[in-house]
Amino acid sequence: MQSQFTKYSSIAGLVASLFALPTMAIAAEKIVKIDGSSTVYPITEAVAEEFQKATKTKVTVGVSGTGGGFKKFCRGETDVQNASRPILQKEIDACKEAGVQFIELPVAYDALTVVINPQNEFAKKMTAAELKKLWEPAAQGKVKTWNQVNPAWPNTPVKLYGPGADSGTFDYFTEAIVGKAKSSRGDFTASEDDNVLVKGVVGDKGALGYFGYAYYEENQDKLTAVAIIEKAGKPAVLPSKASIEDGSYQPLARPIFIYVNATAAAFKPEVKAFVNYYLENSKPLIEEVKYVALPAKEQKAVITHWKALKPGTGFGGKAEVGVKIEELLARIK
Amino acid sequence: MNNQSPENLQEVRAMIQRHKLNDYIFSIIGLLCLMVGLITLLTLFIDLILQGYPKLLSLSFYTDFPSRRASSAGLLSALVGSSLVMLVTFLSAVPMGVMAAIYLEEYAPKNWFSDLIEINVSNLAAVPSIIYGLLALGLFVYILDLGQSIVTAGLTLGLLILPVVIVATRESIRSIPIAIREAAYAVGATKWQVVYDHVIKYSFGGILTGVIIGMARAIGETAPIITIGALTFIAFLPPSPVTTSAPFLNFEWLSSGFTVLPIQMFSWLSRPSEAFHVNAAAAGVIIILVTLIMNGFAIRMRYKMRKNIKW
Repeated sequence: MQSQFTKYSSIAGLVASLFALPTMAIAAEKIVKIDGSSTVYPITEAVAEEFQKATKTKVTVGVSGTGGGFKKFCRGETDVQNASRPILQKEIDACKEAGVQFIELPVAYDALTVVINPQNEFAKKMTAAELKKLWEPAAQGKVKTWNQVNPAWPNTPVKLYGPGADSGTFDYFTEAIVGKAKSSRGDFTASEDDNVLVKGVVGDKGALGYFGYAYYEENQDKLTAVAIIEKAGKPAVLPSKASIEDGSYQPLARPIFIYVNATAAAFKPEVKAFVNYYLENSKPLIEEVKYVALPAKEQKAVITHWKALKPGTGFGGKAEVGVKIEELLARIK
Repeated sequence: MNNQSPENLQEVRAMIQRHKLNDYIFSIIGLLCLMVGLITLLTLFIDLILQGYPKLLSLSFYTDFPSRRASSAGLLSALVGSSLVMLVTFLSAVPMGVMAAIYLEEYAPKNWFSDLIEINVSNLAAVPSIIYGLLALGLFVYILDLGQSIVTAGLTLGLLILPVVIVATRESIRSIPIAIREAAYAVGATKWQVVYDHVIKYSFGGILTGVIIGMARAIGETAPIITIGALTFIAFLPPSPVTTSAPFLNFEWLSSGFTVLPIQMFSWLSRPSEAFHVNAAAAGVIIILVTLIMNGFAIRMRYKMRKNIKW
């Protein structure tokens, strides 16, 4: 028996020495810690990857969701927070209590894209009011066929797909369409994994769903995007780089943010360097991961805002639809 | 005699035939049930291999860090993360679990209190893993302030498999015939001598099986690890546990951030781009392979140990 024991301990020793090989050189620990939204994650990941290559500073990125990330951020556990919606009042309070000041930086635009099955020929254009009819809480259990939304459409069943209630995308869509964040009918297929939503809409003739633009972009051949009419009399607008930049894709174009811990920004050079790098070099990376970069003018305003290290939020703890970024930054005194 | 008549004999033969048929039917049903499980697993596994094989065959998949580009994204930080977490899990759960089981079996008085503990341990083995994650978040991360680190994850998974180790060890100890103990006592051995020279040694194979099956479960766990805050993008390795200079051991890695295989797989699976799904499939194959190898090792060990025991 004794020989068995020694055999195992020698195996353990071997395994341990394997770990030793690739990790010989350890520099002093300077780590930029980032957490938060899964929507912003692809951009931040791309920036982190490039930044790490360029400067050899270590960066870690987690995906706790916007809400979960803010909890950590407001305890001072992370330096940068990815957010697909503005900070809410209760999060501002939590940050204040812990003495964490933050700098709010819009980094890119995302277009919430409403999609239907390609076999659906009648609903290629929808008004915001029609979407509201379909998604508002009062529709629950009542609006079941397409002609209930618009009498010109056929009497065929409608099947809805959307992100789960914890997601910032859900918050923004309900705010923009229904008029109140988190107010939605509950009888739809919800999933935190957008690929599940894509599959659902692809496989169901009467389906309608919504998610971030990147997921539509990757599945363009299998899905049809709905052109959105903001109000009666306005043109139907498809989500695209151009329509987001000129502000005509309303009300579903949304800015996405990073929040930087103000103390870290002032006293940790690696955090400062990272955010500088983020704001100056992210444009091609943002396009690579299928988001829309800020137009040059707005980008410049954001950089000026960052250099001034002005803490605070332009939203006052409430979700708001269709605010211009420059106006937003001007609100922070 | 009546039952000697040819008519009766035929009846008996018919009955035997019928029973044989029943046996046959049952064995077919049993086989089908087995097949459902096996074929499902095999289909999944083969499907994953077919999807992930371009990545599985490329060496860089195992030596690259995560990346935004599917083609250059690799498993390295997840592989190292999983291994280090498993190391902590092993070191925390096994000594504690084995000692607790030996105490319960050999030393604890049989009263209502030990019954209560026994029921609780069995119950703990069935508690959903997310509960352990929440417990760990409160206890290790906030109260003990260990942070979102390898040591937290390892201890969490250690707690998770502790009941499995205890139950397996107890089963294994119980399978030792009482006569062995009595024989040892009869020649004047003390309790500790009996436990150390006989109980532990004869049950070692069973204990090992329990430990490895527990570890195989832990390596695929995602929920508790996400709860305590594992990272998704981490493109550097924790400090090495073994150093080249004295004292040759380094404990800094314990407090390092980390990611593990199932989280890396999940992260790739939720990407919009199809190319990442290949990576996810390849990561899935690796997780299943590691689990299979661990279980295979457990079975082999048990077999070898059993063969060596001569009572």
